[in-house]
Amino acid sequence: MKEFLFLYRTDYNQMQQQATPEQMQASLQRWMDWLGSIAAQNRLIDKGHRLENSGRVVKNNLVTNGPYAEIKETIGGYSFVKAESYNDAVEIAKGCPIHSVGGSVEVREMNLM
Amino acid sequence: MSQQQLIPHLFRTEFSKITSVLCKLFGIEHIEIAEDIASDTFLSAVETWSYKGLPQNPTAWLYTVAKNKAKNYLHHNNIFIQKIAPQIKHTSTDLYENEIDLSEENITDSQLQMLFALCHPSIPAEAQVGLSLRILCGFGIEEIANAFLTNKETINKRLFRAKEKLRTEKVEIEFPPATEINKRLETVLTTLYLLFNKGYFSESSNNVLREDLCLEAMRLNYLLIENEQTNLPEVNALFALMCFHASRFAARKNENGEIVLYEDQDENLWNKELIERGAYYLNKSSHGNKISKYHLEAGIAYWHTIKADTKEKWENILQLYNHLLQIQYSPIAALNRTFALSKVYGQQTAIREAEKLQLTNNHYYYSLLGELYKGIDNNKAKENFQTAYTLAKTQTDKKTIKKKMDKL
Repeated sequence: MKEFLFLYRTDYNQMQQQATPEQMQASLQRWMDWLGSIAAQNRLIDKGHRLENSGRVVKNNLVTNGPYAEIKETIGGYSFVKAESYNDAVEIAKGCPIHSVGGSVEVREMNLM
Repeated sequence: MSQQQLIPHLFRTEFSKITSVLCKLFGIEHIEIAEDIASDTFLSAVETWSYKGLPQNPTAWLYTVAKNKAKNYLHHNNIFIQKIAPQIKHTSTDLYENEIDLSEENITDSQLQMLFALCHPSIPAEAQVGLSLRILCGFGIEEIANAFLTNKETINKRLFRAKEKLRTEKVEIEFPPATEINKRLETVLTTLYLLFNKGYFSESSNNVLREDLCLEAMRLNYLLIENEQTNLPEVNALFALMCFHASRFAARKNENGEIVLYEDQDENLWNKELIERGAYYLNKSSHGNKISKYHLEAGIAYWHTIKADTKEKWENILQLYNHLLQIQYSPIAALNRTFALSKVYGQQTAIREAEKLQLTNNHYYYSLLGELYKGIDNNKAKENFQTAYTLAKTQTDKKTIKKKMDKL
């Protein structure tokens, strides 16, 4: 088994406008069902965390607020997953609830050396 | 209680008390001496009581004899000089009398400290369970062998090695320092959890023994609740879990000793008092900010005390399993989650999820598939039950699967 990082990207601004408490509850449940399904296959290394809607970018000693000044999609969270191959990891990522809100999953194999 | 019942009963409860107190006094390296003195005391009891009749207060009689035997032992051996004497500050003439303290308070303290000593991280989990059964619950070697479905020799060897380890690791019989309690408690709770499960799921045909195992696990767990320092959320959660499970004792076996499946159980046989106690301790466990696997399992067990199939029930169970699996994977949790999934999202969805599990050497996996295909494709259901039947190792499991096949 290889290890992969899943990076979840969404448009934060759009998400906040839409969400009612019921929708948030339903969304949480979809995420839990999806992560639960990966965990049930003994493939979840770490469910990771959601990231706060704020950030700092440090470059050449210059600090800017928010990681998403110029791009619409930002990283909203991450998880670590075990899979046989990229194909296999991608199959898992296809079930991610993020797709229903127009987001994406970036799948990256980890170099464990 | 007749004398024939009384002696084994006293043995269970008092053996552990005497052994813990003496062992605490002698040090863990002399654990066998403590055991021997306790056993010897009961031998004397059986001999004396059988022709003189029962003393008025059998427990007091046992304590007096145990104290005398311990004193004799100390007199005749240099462990007193080497080990005990340097630690004793005062030198009154009735020194021995005072030092062997079989008061209720000292018994509880000794048992609690002993629990931490036996559940030392250096001892393998199975051996911890065995040792606890012997030293803290007063079970005989044969009973332990029966519970583990093995022979006396294996248990003797296992306990011997574990005691050696306690000696070489120089484990102290003491309450762990406040900074270490959480870490050490983890092993203690695992042992109590295993001890309970040993009783609850054991294939042993001895029902009384199985229930005793569970009750002992609950008693030891309760010692932790009564102590302020160990009265922590996960300790309460584990106790709640045990209460919920134990509430189904009477309902889960029929008069022939066969397992009655959850959905076929007569809920009138469920023990309401234990369910209420479970709810009480589950509530107590919710203070704090850490959710342990015991919280989640107790939550699942709580929902199972409600017999009716409601949407709310299965949605909650599914989410609890989702969470549990994220903390700790186990095949049985994965299978149970998939069953809950079928109750929430239907059998077709659950079949797709089940097929991803690929637990192909596990008969429960095929039983689950059989269950999920029921009413959708009965041939496939039958095929899966058939595979489960072939893979099942025990007669009880085979019987259960056979029943399901016949119902199709």
